[in-house]
Amino acid sequence: MTIATDTSPTVPAFGEGPRAARPMGAEAALSGGVTAVLGALGLALGLSAVFGEPRQLRIGWLLPLVGVHFDLDPLGGVFIAATGAVSIAVGIYAVGYAKREQWARFPLVTLPLFVAGMLLVPAAGSVTTFLLAWELMAATSLVLVLSEHHRDAVRSAGVFYAVMTQLGFVAILVALVVLSAGGGGDAFRDIAAHADGLSSGTRTAVFLLTLMGFGSKAGLLPLHAWLPRAHPEAPSPVSALMSAVMVNMGIYGIIRIDLQLLGPGPHWWGLTLMTVGAVSAVFGVLQASVATDLKRLLAYSTTENMGLITLALGAAALLSSSGSPAVAAIAMTAALLHLLSHAAFKTLGFLAAGSVLAATGLRDLDRLGGLARRMPATTVLFGIAALGASGLPLGAGFASEWLLFQSLIHSPHDENTLLALAMPLSVGAVALTTGLGIAAMVKAFGVGFLARPRSAAAEAAREAPPSMLIGMSLAAAACTVFAVAPVLLGPTLGRVLAVLPTVGGDAAGPQLGTILRLPGVAGSLSPGLLAAALVIAVLFALGLGRWGVRHRPAAAVAPLWACGADSLSARMQYTATSFAEPLQRVFDDILRPDTDVEVTHFAESHYLVEKVTYRTLLTDPVEQRYYTPVVRAVTSWAGLVRRTHNGSVHLYLAYGALGLLVVLLVAR
Amino acid sequence: MSWITKIARVGRMVEPAKDAPEPAIGPPTGVAGSLQIRHVDCGSCNGCELEITGAFSPVYDTERFGARLVASPRHADALLATGVVTHNMRQPLINTLDAIPEPRVVIAVGDCAVNGGVFAKGYGVVGSVGDVIRVDVEVPGCPPTPQDIASALRTVTGR
Repeated sequence: MTIATDTSPTVPAFGEGPRAARPMGAEAALSGGVTAVLGALGLALGLSAVFGEPRQLRIGWLLPLVGVHFDLDPLGGVFIAATGAVSIAVGIYAVGYAKREQWARFPLVTLPLFVAGMLLVPAAGSVTTFLLAWELMAATSLVLVLSEHHRDAVRSAGVFYAVMTQLGFVAILVALVVLSAGGGGDAFRDIAAHADGLSSGTRTAVFLLTLMGFGSKAGLLPLHAWLPRAHPEAPSPVSALMSAVMVNMGIYGIIRIDLQLLGPGPHWWGLTLMTVGAVSAVFGVLQASVATDLKRLLAYSTTENMGLITLALGAAALLSSSGSPAVAAIAMTAALLHLLSHAAFKTLGFLAAGSVLAATGLRDLDRLGGLARRMPATTVLFGIAALGASGLPLGAGFASEWLLFQSLIHSPHDENTLLALAMPLSVGAVALTTGLGIAAMVKAFGVGFLARPRSAAAEAAREAPPSMLIGMSLAAAACTVFAVAPVLLGPTLGRVLAVLPTVGGDAAGPQLGTILRLPGVAGSLSPGLLAAALVIAVLFALGLGRWGVRHRPAAAVAPLWACGADSLSARMQYTATSFAEPLQRVFDDILRPDTDVEVTHFAESHYLVEKVTYRTLLTDPVEQRYYTPVVRAVTSWAGLVRRTHNGSVHLYLAYGALGLLVVLLVAR
Repeated sequence: MSWITKIARVGRMVEPAKDAPEPAIGPPTGVAGSLQIRHVDCGSCNGCELEITGAFSPVYDTERFGARLVASPRHADALLATGVVTHNMRQPLINTLDAIPEPRVVIAVGDCAVNGGVFAKGYGVVGSVGDVIRVDVEVPGCPPTPQDIASALRTVTGR
């Protein structure tokens, strides 16, 4: 910086308005552009890995002793492709978002790094490379979560996320080290070749540790607590990446390590996965249906969907070890298809929530509303996401949830008590999840976007800039593909199923044609024809209405009926809290709301009420009950340890000398 | 004796209704079926409300003459107003009437609604229903008996 101080008395001081002075557009465009290009490369690479020959790449010089080892196969390829596709949409969106929200340089640089980390995880071909990529992904995502670190909620979420993601990393690290020590090598290929020789104790330890590590990344209960904190507090493009793609890496780990390298495991592996999945799905959707924060709702919905996917994986493992690979293939297809469709609709959901947040500064559904007139494009796009998340026909999540139901209902359990018990219970859990999911999404869309604005900020909302709309439209296009033509995904999923030994490799999977046909199961479905029938029905009804208008008297204009009052006000509307209140009552024992009604009377007479205050606080009961004691214990331990850190340099030097002495004694 | 055989043995025990009274106004509101009525309490002491409840109870059963109470003025053909019109209820009464599609009938039930009754010239009172909106049918009485109300409604339904 060159300053002509001599002539001008009004010199700008150093550090004055560092944000306002920067030309944001170029930097944001660069960061978003690099992210989108990385995504496009990832998509191409992933697709080539799915359909091409398996390829390996070893870069010896990059890492001492072991080198970096990549191994592309269809399973990793489909995850790379999904990550890439999401990153394209998010990158384009981030161009407008980062400019509008005045992102600092640090998150701008970290965003493409985060995407790169996530693209490398499924490409990793050895334990070392996998752990490196995993840590790159974890560290960059933490930096991105902390983008708005001046807010207390963000810092608290950051601490939660940092601790839980690193504990999860430790679990994965120990599991993979044990695995590679017993499996004779660093590369996954070597481990796969020697996996049969592992003792059952090692297998069990690896399974449990990886389930903990990967489960916490996927937001499965009871290790989900970071997810509803970190995802809402991160900037929205980052939320979309974390919620749509990063959680998938947890699922990828479970599939790769537990089902492909070690699988098919004993019955109880499948049952454990199913139980964890069912509990996560039901708990997640319950919390989503009572949440009033739009992004928190979406984050809990992620826990729900990851639960459904884990349940499907567990069903696949259980069915495969019970000797029905055909139905297991259906469950596996359901898991993969749901994973991909979830990535599409959750990206769109978080990006649309980000547009709302950027336009109004609000995430609280109780203060939103009326956005349909002010942000029509965003409203339509969020509607597509909500339809997908609710699992209804014409939504992105419909075909996969239908496949999951089919696999659970049609599992053959002639003489197998385990299956006869597990499958109907799972059907119940999935049905409850789907039903409550519809309630949650109706709430998010109806209360958040329709009716009248509940606050001045919502009233002043303006439509998002073009780059954000383009990013969202890409995700919406993907949602439409999943909803109407899952046939396009058929070849991809077929290639992935072929490399998974759990589902019997050569077993005929479900045919995702124009009509979904399931081998050995009397069920078929055609989402495309369903959509066509609906379009024809709507056109027919519209035509009929047009025709009928000519035979009716002219419409009269009358004032809106407001129960006798002069006009409707926004306070007469359903809020998110009141919409969820019946559900909150029904599931009172699980949700444990802290509700308080306070009636204030006039001093003159007890019969006259001055005001009624209703306050309800919904926290995560699992977090309250199981995390709080742990956090308290750790804090008191940390207090003890802190006494040894009294700031005296002499003491620290003494520690160093003592440590050296101990090392010398031990290494003698 | 089961309840079915009891019904068969006892048969119909209701008094036959009297002949339909003279219609009070022209062909009622152009509706083909039953007359749908929205009730508004403009400031009543609730005496008339009790009698209206009685009129629609099984004893008088005004519904058999084609009169139904409905919950929304959007569904209604007629407005049934009771009580003196208070300051607070003047605008809601007008709003409710505006919300009822035309053609519509306004029926004032009870002395208060007809001429102010004992509450006329009270401090919170605007006046009778007729002072605020145009009234088509009046049912005097403080309170009118369910029989009176049923008869008055029959003059509108024409049955």
